[in-house]
Amino acid sequence: MTTMNFSEAIDDALAQAMSEDPRIILFGEDVPMLRRNLLVRFGPKRVRATPISESAFLGAGVAAAMAGLRPVVELYMVDFLGVSMDALLNQASKLETFSGGKWTAPVVVRAPCGGGYGDGGQHEQSLWGWLAHIPGLTVIVPSTPEDAGGLMYAALQHDGPVVFLEHKLLSETFLEFLGSGGRLTVQFDVPAEGRRGPVPHKWKPLPIGKAVLRREGRDVTLASLGVGVHRALEAAEFLEKDGVSASVLDLRTVSPLDKTALCEAVARTGNLLVVDEDYEGFGLSGELSAVVLEAGISCKYARVCTQTTIPYARKMEDQVLPNVNRIRTTAMTLL
Amino acid sequence: MDLWLLYSLMKKSRLFEEAVTQLWEDGLISGEMHLGTGEEAIIAGVVSQLCPGDAMAVDHRGSAAFLMRGVDPTLLLHEMLGHEDGLCGGQGGHMHLFSKEHLAATSGIIGAVGPAALGFALAAQTLRPGSIAVAFFGEGAMNQGMLMESINLAALWNLPVLFVCKDDGWAITTQPGESTKSGMGERACGLGVPYVGVDGLDVEQVWQATRQAIERARSGNGPTFLHAHCVHLEGHFLGLILLRITRAPLRELPGIVGALIRSFMHPGGGSLRERIAGVRYILSSILATWRDPRRYSTNDPLERVQTALVSNPARLKELDSRIEAEISSALASAQQEVVA
Ligand SMILES: Cc1ncc(C[n+]2csc(CCOP(=O)(O)OP(=O)(O)O)c2C)c(N)n1
Repeated sequence: MTTMNFSEAIDDALAQAMSEDPRIILFGEDVPMLRRNLLVRFGPKRVRATPISESAFLGAGVAAAMAGLRPVVELYMVDFLGVSMDALLNQASKLETFSGGKWTAPVVVRAPCGGGYGDGGQHEQSLWGWLAHIPGLTVIVPSTPEDAGGLMYAALQHDGPVVFLEHKLLSETFLEFLGSGGRLTVQFDVPAEGRRGPVPHKWKPLPIGKAVLRREGRDVTLASLGVGVHRALEAAEFLEKDGVSASVLDLRTVSPLDKTALCEAVARTGNLLVVDEDYEGFGLSGELSAVVLEAGISCKYARVCTQTTIPYARKMEDQVLPNVNRIRTTAMTLL
Repeated sequence: MDLWLLYSLMKKSRLFEEAVTQLWEDGLISGEMHLGTGEEAIIAGVVSQLCPGDAMAVDHRGSAAFLMRGVDPTLLLHEMLGHEDGLCGGQGGHMHLFSKEHLAATSGIIGAVGPAALGFALAAQTLRPGSIAVAFFGEGAMNQGMLMESINLAALWNLPVLFVCKDDGWAITTQPGESTKSGMGERACGLGVPYVGVDGLDVEQVWQATRQAIERARSGNGPTFLHAHCVHLEGHFLGLILLRITRAPLRELPGIVGALIRSFMHPGGGSLRERIAGVRYILSSILATWRDPRRYSTNDPLERVQTALVSNPARLKELDSRIEAEISSALASAQQEVVA
């Protein structure tokens, strides 16, 4: 069985797709260096550097997709989407509706997200709830190499704009590039199963919008995505020792949301705890409570999310981001 | 112009950032670390001429500007170590430094200094006539829409802004030739802002050009664009892979080259010509890093200004030891808290 690192799996799926589909091109700041393995296989016409002009090149990616290409546009970090949001907010996401369903923009926006390595609140946000809020955008947040590759492969076949978020704690390349910089003196709380894992010999598309149950349990359902899934799994082990049986649902995509899987999982335990690294207010965690309420499921509910701007100091950051301890103690309050 | 003062600002900044490097390498500072080593002449030439009421909008490489503006080095070091008694309570870190009393604000978002300097200048024009705002940014930021828009608006509103482009010829791993078609001068002038180009390694030149630009701004004659070339002695940030490759190829290259060869040979993909073009791109980046002017000590702005002062070795020695004492006491205080 082959195993790969998280980003390696994404790049591998990309490479397979690029060799099958000449319409796929990659661009973004420093992309020739960041994706150097793709550069030497596909050449500089398909793996391109851009200036620091996010509004121009992301907007161009959207329109190039409208006109037949399948661009993968890389942002250095999802936080920097702030300067180019129009391309997604008012262009890509609106096209299908405005054109009466006759035109779409199959662009993939790939961006590192998330914190836990000490860069501070302008560089460590999640923002998937903010993005999924906009109708017309697909938002993917994988938690394992296998899902990351399979969902990237699916994104490249999807008929519409996709935001593909790659958590930096899982990405060996970004963590090395931004977090350690070659130092052996720093440590990060990296979940092993997310960092490296088995991958298929040949990539096949995974269904977009399908959650997966990572752990079966009777007493409480922990719903999460990205690194949060691994924190939830670790907390579930502790809860087991406390005599609590927790199930862990990995949502995998924020939009479309797998409402069926969520409702089934919550109906079985009667308790929902959302673990969401994104901001707590007005986001995914609240959305999940609305989904179960609308389905008429009665359950107890709690959430462990990021409530404030992420502070720079590692110690403070560890408290602000969802951690195993917070998940464990909050789960106990439900029972 | 007081060359001794300029030298002392630059020296203090250099020693401070050497201390930061040590703390970063020891793993006591987390995340990325962008140093201003190599651009001290630009920062000193500009910041030494700021008065109370003047404002600074600073990019991700802002420690030197804060230090030279008078922020206590101990507060800065404590901030970088994430201590609660740091300049920003340990919440900001080096990319998000703020000092309200100095009207100095940092942003890690490339180009954000443009609008910030505009706003500071607008407030100055209205509330504190005669005061000005400075924006510090790299040449890479000159492709960011909001900065280009800000240059136009500064000209249109005749705002007292000094746009300072610290051009080191690199935006992380991207060189201007891969990102930019036109020159800085054409752009600034095309947007209606007078352009001055200087050697950013020469603090006297920077100071002279800045003096005129600041004079213009203070007397209500609008913005100036100052373009200063420099080198970054430690590259984009500490631990930059390109620099690591050129400094320790035997350690760094094996891991990288193996994957590159496998990918280059992999069936399915571009033609041989395309693949070779890809390899050439990488080789040329490594070569350019290797050949970077940073490796000649004549391109170290601190050494340059020092040569002008060696004629008075006693004074130089006395000054150096005073600055060394100040920085080591800041470092000691920071380390003490780490131990505690
Ligand atoms: C909007 C935005 N895009 C991308 C980045 C990532 N980034 C950080 S520094 C940098 C390069 C900046 O180059 P330049 O402006 O020349 O300044 P230098 O670092 O060389 O001093 C990039 C692309 C960012 N911080 N903000």
